[in-house]
Amino acid sequence: MSKMHIQARLNDEDIEFLAEPRQSLLEVLRDEIGLTGTKEGCNNGNCGACSVMLNGRVVNACCVLAVETHGAEVTTIEGLAHGDQLHPLQQAFLEEAALQCGICTPGFIMSAKALLDREPNPDEHRVRFWLAGNLCRCTGYDKIVRAVMKASARMQEAK
Amino acid sequence: MTTAERPTYSVIGTRPIRPDGVEKVTGKAQYGADIHLPGLIHAKVLRSPHAHARILSIDTSEAEKHPGVLAVVTHRDLPNAADKIEELGESAVNVKEVSDNILASDKALYRGHAIAAIAAASPHVAELALAKIRVEYEVLPPVLDVRDAMRDDAPLLNESRRTKTLMTGELSEKPSNIATYNRFAGGDVEAAFASADVVIEREFTTKMVHQGYIEPQTSTANWNSDGTLTIWTSTQGAFAVRGLVSEVLKLPINHVKVVPMEIGGGFGGKLPIYLDPVVALLSKKSGRPVKATMSRTEVFEATGPTSGTYIKVKASAKGDRLTAVQATLCYEAGAFPGSPVGAGSMTMLSPYNLENFDLHAYDVVVNKPKVAAYRAPGAPAAAFAIESVVDELAKHQKVDPLEFRKVNASRQGTRMVNGIAFPRIGNEEVVEAALNSPHYRSPIEGPNRGRGVASGYWFNGGMQSSVVVAVNTDGTINLVEGSTDIGGTRASLAMQLAETLGVPYDTIRPSVVDTDSIGHNDVTGGSRTTFASGLAVFEAGMDIRRQMVARAAKLWGVAEEDVVYESGVLRCLKDSTRQLTFKEMAAQSARTGGPITGKASLLARGAGGAFGTHIVDVEVDPDTGKVTILRYTAVQDVGTAIHPSYVEGQIQGGAVQGIGWALNEEYFYDETGRLVNASFLDYRMPTTLDVPNIETILVEVPNPGHPYGVRGVGEVPIVPPLAAIANAIADATGHRFTDLPMSPRRLVEELNGLA
Repeated sequence: MSKMHIQARLNDEDIEFLAEPRQSLLEVLRDEIGLTGTKEGCNNGNCGACSVMLNGRVVNACCVLAVETHGAEVTTIEGLAHGDQLHPLQQAFLEEAALQCGICTPGFIMSAKALLDREPNPDEHRVRFWLAGNLCRCTGYDKIVRAVMKASARMQEAK
Repeated sequence: MTTAERPTYSVIGTRPIRPDGVEKVTGKAQYGADIHLPGLIHAKVLRSPHAHARILSIDTSEAEKHPGVLAVVTHRDLPNAADKIEELGESAVNVKEVSDNILASDKALYRGHAIAAIAAASPHVAELALAKIRVEYEVLPPVLDVRDAMRDDAPLLNESRRTKTLMTGELSEKPSNIATYNRFAGGDVEAAFASADVVIEREFTTKMVHQGYIEPQTSTANWNSDGTLTIWTSTQGAFAVRGLVSEVLKLPINHVKVVPMEIGGGFGGKLPIYLDPVVALLSKKSGRPVKATMSRTEVFEATGPTSGTYIKVKASAKGDRLTAVQATLCYEAGAFPGSPVGAGSMTMLSPYNLENFDLHAYDVVVNKPKVAAYRAPGAPAAAFAIESVVDELAKHQKVDPLEFRKVNASRQGTRMVNGIAFPRIGNEEVVEAALNSPHYRSPIEGPNRGRGVASGYWFNGGMQSSVVVAVNTDGTINLVEGSTDIGGTRASLAMQLAETLGVPYDTIRPSVVDTDSIGHNDVTGGSRTTFASGLAVFEAGMDIRRQMVARAAKLWGVAEEDVVYESGVLRCLKDSTRQLTFKEMAAQSARTGGPITGKASLLARGAGGAFGTHIVDVEVDPDTGKVTILRYTAVQDVGTAIHPSYVEGQIQGGAVQGIGWALNEEYFYDETGRLVNASFLDYRMPTTLDVPNIETILVEVPNPGHPYGVRGVGEVPIVPPLAAIANAIADATGHRFTDLPMSPRRLVEELNGLA
């Protein structure tokens, strides 16, 4: 199968890559570009472990073809921290023990970021509504929801 | 809540950030599927489309010619595995059966049973080439339900299997799908029933449910030219993988190196091996490193679930006393023997001080995937049955259900059904804390609302651990361990070492290393790691303290008895001006005898069992059958909470898995044995919107078998939720549900008399 030449912006850097039309964004991120922070849990859009931002919207990377990202802006979990400066969500997840095995964590943080970008001060129900597309089997969600609320409060204070 | 016995700690009980946390929130942690090696190729597995079929022939010749295909394997590539039993943490396995489950030989025993595998340049090429393998099957009738499988005329999975009675070792004359029968009895059940105020008899069923870890099974292997093998995999036990792979492939143990990657959940489901020997053989044939990762459908169809069950309970009460329990437990093992029915029968009565009991336990094979351990394996279904009946007995006797449990509670000295007397346990304290909880003292009001409670017990494990602790010259410490960290044990072990040595937590850097780099460690299972590897960490810390005391004594020219080690400082009892901090002593290691390294390898005994009691409020929508969890409180004896946040997290996670099991999760098979809901869309696990925050009450009754009182905490929280929710629904609707899941469909049908 011949490959297509794609140019996109990934985590604030211009990139180029070759992709087969059948390859998903998830596959290309992980296997061609080497960014494995985006996780595969189901490969059919039901677990949210591969959540990334595509032109400012949160999407399941397994349900986007890599060739669709031509000219687009993609943000993955690797694009959130700046050097050793963690994103407030990342810091809150650590402090609140919001991860156990951690495989779903990148997806949750990306979905939470998409929420806080739109609604900086959500209540608990809004947080739960926005994160309902992400499955976690370890935590029972309690500490994840608390971490997102904490990050939201901190980001509001910092403004 | 803390009992008075607890000493004051400086590190234990605090909530520091876990050492592996930053890598995990930034996406840099390397999980099983994240490994990439030069020359890596990819494998896919061909699986049986039939639930039960004889394999007449497998022709791989066309697939081998497919462009891009580099190797093909079938069961013919596996050495004939010995019919022998290998201990695997919480369960023992038969190596021949492990081998047959990895690649089917004469029969496919469930839909999804692996038949062959192909390694190719890309996973897409491997997948396309699978279609070119020709398999000739003689399709046989499947048997899918435990009661059907126990019938005399049931289709047999294995014509030579006979029922083994475990008390006597006797084998049945006729072949059967019942692999084992066991019985635990004490007292006089019939006499107790005859003199009781009330006797209640109920039948319960549960369906197979999956562990539901988010990371699918994955394995990468490189067969080296010198005949050694390296495997990178995500597993609860690197040493168990090494042991099983060496058995299945007939390799010396030290020819296999297993590198544990970070693990994306397991809950018992990542104790067995599936892909590891397959990618190893493909690597041997192709000369390339080979990686295979399961799809979610493969995970559902071919790995892990826990047993579907049929349980009959007959129990009696007199006044406020539980007087007798008779039960028959039948558990589906899947395609090969080994259901957790033993643990189910041995845990179900543990919350009670009960003289008269008669339990019959059957392990039964069916044409579904071989079950794997799932969090307190066997206990939740058994607790669902007994705790539902106890609720009915208490109601009938007009006794508050928690008061009933308190009156009948097991305590130190009470014997379990296997005859073993409990050491110090916290069952009574837990029930008492539940009775006094803000949740239980609050009113529950409103139509279609109800409250339920239930208790549960899990043994917890000890087993083998090895650790090495290296003290560096700047006073920092490397803690080298071999236990999979599945949810914060790097932190809980480093904290115990910091406590032992009296040094700051953040001076310790823990690492989970490969099987070449540390002595044997049993699996992360049985809620054992913080307990048993914690015990090893304590022993290694004491080893370092002894070495430092000896060196300080030499430096000061005094006897070792004249040196004390307290809170990270060495003091001379003869001369109070002489003292050295841990850091100062570490800096002098080269001048005082060389590197200071502590180590411990041990078989941990004295694991303390754990009890939990859960309280749940529900609201039932009579029109849609939807059950809303309004409030949930989990009370548990946690021994000593080393890192309370991760203890709470274990309890919350276990409770929510139990909520899913109670309300929605089930393996749904059609009559041909096809799993029709093998995706996260159709296999409905709880989401953020399905559950409230889970309140936790940590009761700390220190385990006398551990220097810091640690009890395992991870498993017991999944035991009470099934019955607690059933009891709450009964309170809300007046209808007793005895079949799981209590899904909207079931509720609507049963509440409207349509079932």
